[in-house]
Amino acid sequence: MSALSTVAALTASRTGRAEPLATVRHQHLDQRPFVLVPLTLAGEACAPLAALAGTDPDNPTLLTVRQPRDRAERFRFAARLAALLLTYIDECRTESEPYTVGRGKDKEERRRFLRAPQLLVPNGEGIAYVRLLGRLTRLRATEGPYAVDPSVPTLGKWLTWFTDLAEFPDSSALLAMTRMLAAHWVTGQSPSEDSHLPSLLAWIDPPDGSDGARAARDAEDPTVWPPAGPSTDPVFDRTLHEVMTRYDEASDERGREAIGRQIDSELRGQMLPTWQLMWRGVELLRNLPEGGHVPDRWAFDRRLFSDYAEYLDADGRPQARRDHAVGAARRLARLEDAVTRYEAQRAFDDPLVMAEYELTGEAFTGTVTARDENRFIPGARPGSQVWRPTITLRTDDQVGLAVGTEVRSPARPTQKSRILEVHQENGVHMVVLQLEGGFANKRKPPAPPGTLAEAGEELTYTARFPEGMPSSLPSEEDTPWTHGGPPRPYEPTDEDAEETWE
Amino acid sequence: MPSQQSEPPDDRLARLRGPRPPQPYTARKITALTANPACARRAVLDAAGVDKALLAQRVGYEPRFGQSPFALAREQAFHSLVKWGGHAELIRLLREELSVPVAEAHVEDLNEVGGNASLPVRERETRRLIAHVASGQDVRLILDSPVVTLEVAGQTAYLEPDALTHRIGGKFYVVLIRSFAAIDGQANPTAVAETAKQAAVYVLALRRIFEDAGLPPEQLAHEFLLVCPKDFSNRPYGRLIDLRQELDALQFQLSRLRRAEDLAEQLPATATLDTDRDTDELASSIETLDASYTPTCLSFCEMARYCRDEADACAAPARLGSGVRNDLPGIDSTRAALDYLDGVAAPGEAEAEAAELLRAADRLRRLRQGAA
Repeated sequence: MSALSTVAALTASRTGRAEPLATVRHQHLDQRPFVLVPLTLAGEACAPLAALAGTDPDNPTLLTVRQPRDRAERFRFAARLAALLLTYIDECRTESEPYTVGRGKDKEERRRFLRAPQLLVPNGEGIAYVRLLGRLTRLRATEGPYAVDPSVPTLGKWLTWFTDLAEFPDSSALLAMTRMLAAHWVTGQSPSEDSHLPSLLAWIDPPDGSDGARAARDAEDPTVWPPAGPSTDPVFDRTLHEVMTRYDEASDERGREAIGRQIDSELRGQMLPTWQLMWRGVELLRNLPEGGHVPDRWAFDRRLFSDYAEYLDADGRPQARRDHAVGAARRLARLEDAVTRYEAQRAFDDPLVMAEYELTGEAFTGTVTARDENRFIPGARPGSQVWRPTITLRTDDQVGLAVGTEVRSPARPTQKSRILEVHQENGVHMVVLQLEGGFANKRKPPAPPGTLAEAGEELTYTARFPEGMPSSLPSEEDTPWTHGGPPRPYEPTDEDAEETWE
Repeated sequence: MPSQQSEPPDDRLARLRGPRPPQPYTARKITALTANPACARRAVLDAAGVDKALLAQRVGYEPRFGQSPFALAREQAFHSLVKWGGHAELIRLLREELSVPVAEAHVEDLNEVGGNASLPVRERETRRLIAHVASGQDVRLILDSPVVTLEVAGQTAYLEPDALTHRIGGKFYVVLIRSFAAIDGQANPTAVAETAKQAAVYVLALRRIFEDAGLPPEQLAHEFLLVCPKDFSNRPYGRLIDLRQELDALQFQLSRLRRAEDLAEQLPATATLDTDRDTDELASSIETLDASYTPTCLSFCEMARYCRDEADACAAPARLGSGVRNDLPGIDSTRAALDYLDGVAAPGEAEAEAAELLRAADRLRRLRQGAA
């Protein structure tokens, strides 16, 4: 936690209302996200009990398992979820656009879909549930003694695709509502209490006539606001246990069906409040303007989606039980890369996030007091001269950056600048910056309009800026023998297909 | 009428609790105590054996802990599966995990001794059997549900590990059976960590028994066998888990637990924690015991919501989480911090640096929020 969010939390605890942590939304929010509110049976590793799912806020589809320990029923649940989610995924695969990758001779033109699926779950445990359900279903066989519906393994592969991406901060394919809200608002309660969706939303959007603190406490009552899943409320479980026992013991088909409907309505009642909160959260987040880099990041998600859809059509083997070493190294490299880039992009998109860096001295904001447009310095070749204009900024901030550091400003993100001089004058810092490009390819003065800061302009500079090129590893086929050679893809075994699910 | 002097030392705690029978100390309670060793309130309540759930209810906080019948059924089913057929599955796992031939072993069920299920009787029998098993190299006897004791904050706790093996490769192993799944060899890390802490409590208690019986405590393995369901099945899966770190941490925490009796002695003579007494009386007695509330208490302590409201009332920074608390070094209330921000109060010398940073953050927040 930074001093900035601490101040926000203090303020929130006084006003009884959540305080914004961001001025823009840093995640893509689709026009038509697929919302999934799951419930599981307590005590089991992954026994789906019920789910509310769909893209229509007013019309969720109810899926229930009336006998959660019955294997066939579980796979029927998976098939019904697959019918919903796979249709949604297919709908994203209609229009596409061209894009280019690589540069120079590696330049290549590819196509990506204009849309990609976005899956929203209530909380982090929801993501863990999606991962487990994916692991359980993706390795199943569609023929042989333990055959399941062909949609089941396909569902598993897609769910795994979603959860693999969920670890990357720059992806918006699978998002947990509590995490997304907590990234944009700070409440006057602790982060562990924020993981309860009803309390968190009570702080952000308290009901009329109440304040967040009070509403959040009220929202802890499980009889009014059931847990947002996938775990159920133990007290509700007692009721459910009783009804399920009656279901198992019902003597005739008609009586059983009646009890079955009662199970359905009990479960629906547990999930519906969360379903509504999910859409309330979507609405609140939509009210925030989208950050500048969000479309770029979503374009990358769309590219990954298009690639995976193509892979499933061509090859279609499921993800392995465990990552192999090469895949893990690649994943880690991309993850590290994604984190740094995402953090920098967030700061560039949002002055409130940039303020964190200002506070730690990694960024400063100042006013341009002077500029030297016609400055030339000796170049790399003997006798040559290169055009390097300077600007001088006056700042009240503590400048924690050393002379020689490369910095950039969100105002002109492509202009490479370097700190030439930092000195104090009457208690304020004066920073001289040398500008090394960003003049629309011009190599001598005058600078094209808008490319060189005017005196009086207020600018923020930081050493943390979105780097262009990610680290690169050789492609998987070119893995050298020192690293075990190209990894072999995972072939699901009979054991996988027969794996018990009890 | 017995004189004051002849009363056993724990009588003050017993008087605080009142006529109700004491709640036993469990391994879970001990680990919770070491999770928040600064909490005098919990130390005294546990040492006195007060029913915290009932106490919380009496002072107006319905505790929200409970076990689902589904989870309970699954746990029992898994336990009986592991112990089925003379602990066949357990013996198989021991063979696999310890890679030594454990062909057969006799199992002694210590859930009751000759029809007597009282803890002291079971504990005596456990001591006797341990001495017996340790005396010969070849005695193959697995103890099912043995009872061991541990002194915690001046009180004797009776503890029941699921099983203790005989000597395998020169070592005795504690076995714990849990019903959370290990999927592709990975179980929920929080659940495993909690189980390991509990196992450390058992190992520590067993060490004392070994010492008392004049047996070398090194014979007790510093690893325990965790048995849990494999993947999505009911099939038992086992792994040895190292406990050295947990043992060190536990020993350290237990050594610095303030003796509950000393804490109880400081209470006014009228204090009572008898759950049959008047609510006001109870509330004022609880107040005299210092709590150390953190938001993590909510996940394990029955009194947590009471303490949270108390922390709210005195604006303790810890109620906003450790992040905020760490950002307010030396500042003991969020109200004071807000006063420094507003400039209506001046921070003390020790608080000046933190207050200065907060003010800078506040100024930036206002500027940048408006800029968007």
